[in-house]
Amino acid sequence: MSIGPGEAFSLMLRRELALSFRRRDQLLQPLVFFLIVTTLFPLSLSVQLSLLREMAPGVLWVAALLASLLSLDALFKNDAEDGTLEQLALSGQGLTVLVMAKTLAHWLVSGAALVLVSPVVAEALAVPTEAFPVMMLSLALGTLTLSWLGAIGAGLTVGLKRGNVLLSLVVLPLAMPLLIFGAAATDRAISGTNPAGALYLLGALCVLTWTLAPFAVSAALRITLE
Amino acid sequence: MWTWFYRLASPPNVYRVTGSLAPWFLTLAALAIGYGTIAGLVFAPPDYQQGDAFRIIYVHAPSAWLSLMSYTTMAVAGAIGLIWRIKVAHAVSAAVAPIGASFTLLALVTGSLWGRPMWGTYWAWDPRLTSELILLFLYFGVMSLRPAFEDPGRGDRAAALLGIVGVINVPIIHYSVLWWNSLHQGATVAKLGKPAIDSSMLWPLLSNFLGFMLFFGAVLCLRLRGEVLNRERQATWVREALKP
Amino acid sequence: MNTAAPGLRVDQVHVWRGDRHVLRGVSLELGSGELIHVSGANGAGKTTLLRVASGLMQPEQGSVSWRGRSIVSAPAEYQGELAYASHEPALKGDLTALENLRFMVGLKRRVDSDELLATLERTGVAALADLPTRVLSAGQRRRVTMARVLAYRAALWLLDEPFTNLDAAGSALMSSLLEEHVRQGGMVLVVAHHDLNLATATRRLELQG
Repeated sequence: MSIGPGEAFSLMLRRELALSFRRRDQLLQPLVFFLIVTTLFPLSLSVQLSLLREMAPGVLWVAALLASLLSLDALFKNDAEDGTLEQLALSGQGLTVLVMAKTLAHWLVSGAALVLVSPVVAEALAVPTEAFPVMMLSLALGTLTLSWLGAIGAGLTVGLKRGNVLLSLVVLPLAMPLLIFGAAATDRAISGTNPAGALYLLGALCVLTWTLAPFAVSAALRITLE
Repeated sequence: MWTWFYRLASPPNVYRVTGSLAPWFLTLAALAIGYGTIAGLVFAPPDYQQGDAFRIIYVHAPSAWLSLMSYTTMAVAGAIGLIWRIKVAHAVSAAVAPIGASFTLLALVTGSLWGRPMWGTYWAWDPRLTSELILLFLYFGVMSLRPAFEDPGRGDRAAALLGIVGVINVPIIHYSVLWWNSLHQGATVAKLGKPAIDSSMLWPLLSNFLGFMLFFGAVLCLRLRGEVLNRERQATWVREALKP
Repeated sequence: MNTAAPGLRVDQVHVWRGDRHVLRGVSLELGSGELIHVSGANGAGKTTLLRVASGLMQPEQGSVSWRGRSIVSAPAEYQGELAYASHEPALKGDLTALENLRFMVGLKRRVDSDELLATLERTGVAALADLPTRVLSAGQRRRVTMARVLAYRAALWLLDEPFTNLDAAGSALMSSLLEEHVRQGGMVLVVAHHDLNLATATRRLELQG
């Protein structure tokens, strides 16, 4: 008796989360990277609070982008190396559903964690507390989108030597629109103007990637498996 | 009907056809660009706002147009190769990529040169130039991905998929950059807009557009021949074709 | 040999890897209760043939069909009836043997832990069920993989060097499992570079490099 896609999705999600939590040390790495990168900017530029506040959206977003990229490299690498990716491709469930579960699990342990940590970083960058909700919402939407863009890059570069450099090269140009909208939303929240437009655009990007990217990623993985 | 197409798309046929087409494309391109450039640089009157500086539009605008057209061609060819598994389509996609990247670079350089008299600086994050820059990055991505695979067939398919993803992103990137620019720059920075077009300025421009497209066709034919020869180097027809 | 029953059919398959013509017009037919032993030198294309048969790889020419239908037309159904074992054991080192089975087999059909434990018992590794597989030896991991193939309850087995890392007892177990599957009407396409010496009748497909 075969199982439906919903059950397959939740089974896969549980598998991914179980795997992530067995390696707890690796969970913290993107977060630490995020914190380190945001520290680099005040150190190299200036500690004037007004300047920090202006830089904050850009710094937050670039740091989130780079931190996410770091963890995306491993998204499919382990499964490709130990042969489990083939088993997933032959499971009868279709890679699309399984890939959605994988990417969501990845977001839960990386993107969501970044969003939760962001107030700490924002405080250090002199972002006013009133801007926090919009900032966190925009980071949530942005990292959700980024997980998919990164999954496309990861799917294409899995199994390549030095794949992680190529991954960044491939993903960063695609990520520029979400960087623009996300930073703008945070910036508007800080300056007090209405961030709704930017948030809507960010939301639109998120929905677009969640609908189209799964197919692109499973196609990329099938190319790898050939 | 499809067998006719498959026969047309067979490598030896493509090699033959591109060989005969290339000189035609080149001659027509030379004529069109020759007229367009001379008429545009010498005979068209100077713009009342920008003076002689606007003349770079005769190279900049066609280059920018071709950079986008090339990316679309590359993506469509890749898609055809991916979906219908026609190998020559991948050869076309591979041949187009550097051509498109070169046009993008040309658009960036000419745009930057145009910017100097307009903004006083070579780069001012103008939205169109910024979009072109991101397009260049997209080209680099595809051009770096293809050779990274040991199996060239896999490299072709991966590059084709990336091209498709990129081509969907190009309009998104374009509009998001425009949106970003309207936030930050406002009306004080003059954009690289076309000046008010008089017919004496328009015809040379159109001629250059046509000429650049023909030039693209010519270079594509030549590069495609090389690609096909390289990919099919083990086949007997290649040995026959290369006999002096 | 039951030639009337439908099964796996590989028809004039050609595969190129870059310049190399790896598979040149390979064909085979596998019916219920049959086993085909694919052999050949290194690089002859044995693994490639198995991957083409499973659908992981699409041949440039030729076709693969299952029960009369092309595998490209209904991949999910075909995959439901096949068990593929590659050269690697395909186990997640951080998960226990039981968890590995639950996640892998659970994607194909509903299973409970008791059934999976019983299968691990059959392949002699039930005692290791709750250990992370990275602490197991290569031979033990191979036995867990065997359990997975059994637990899939698939009609068609596509096995790539299943005897790797197995000691004498393990090899005997593997042979008996193959014989039992064939006797029960299953189909096996197995790649092995050594002789099999099975009790049931087998056919041999030798691939030229």
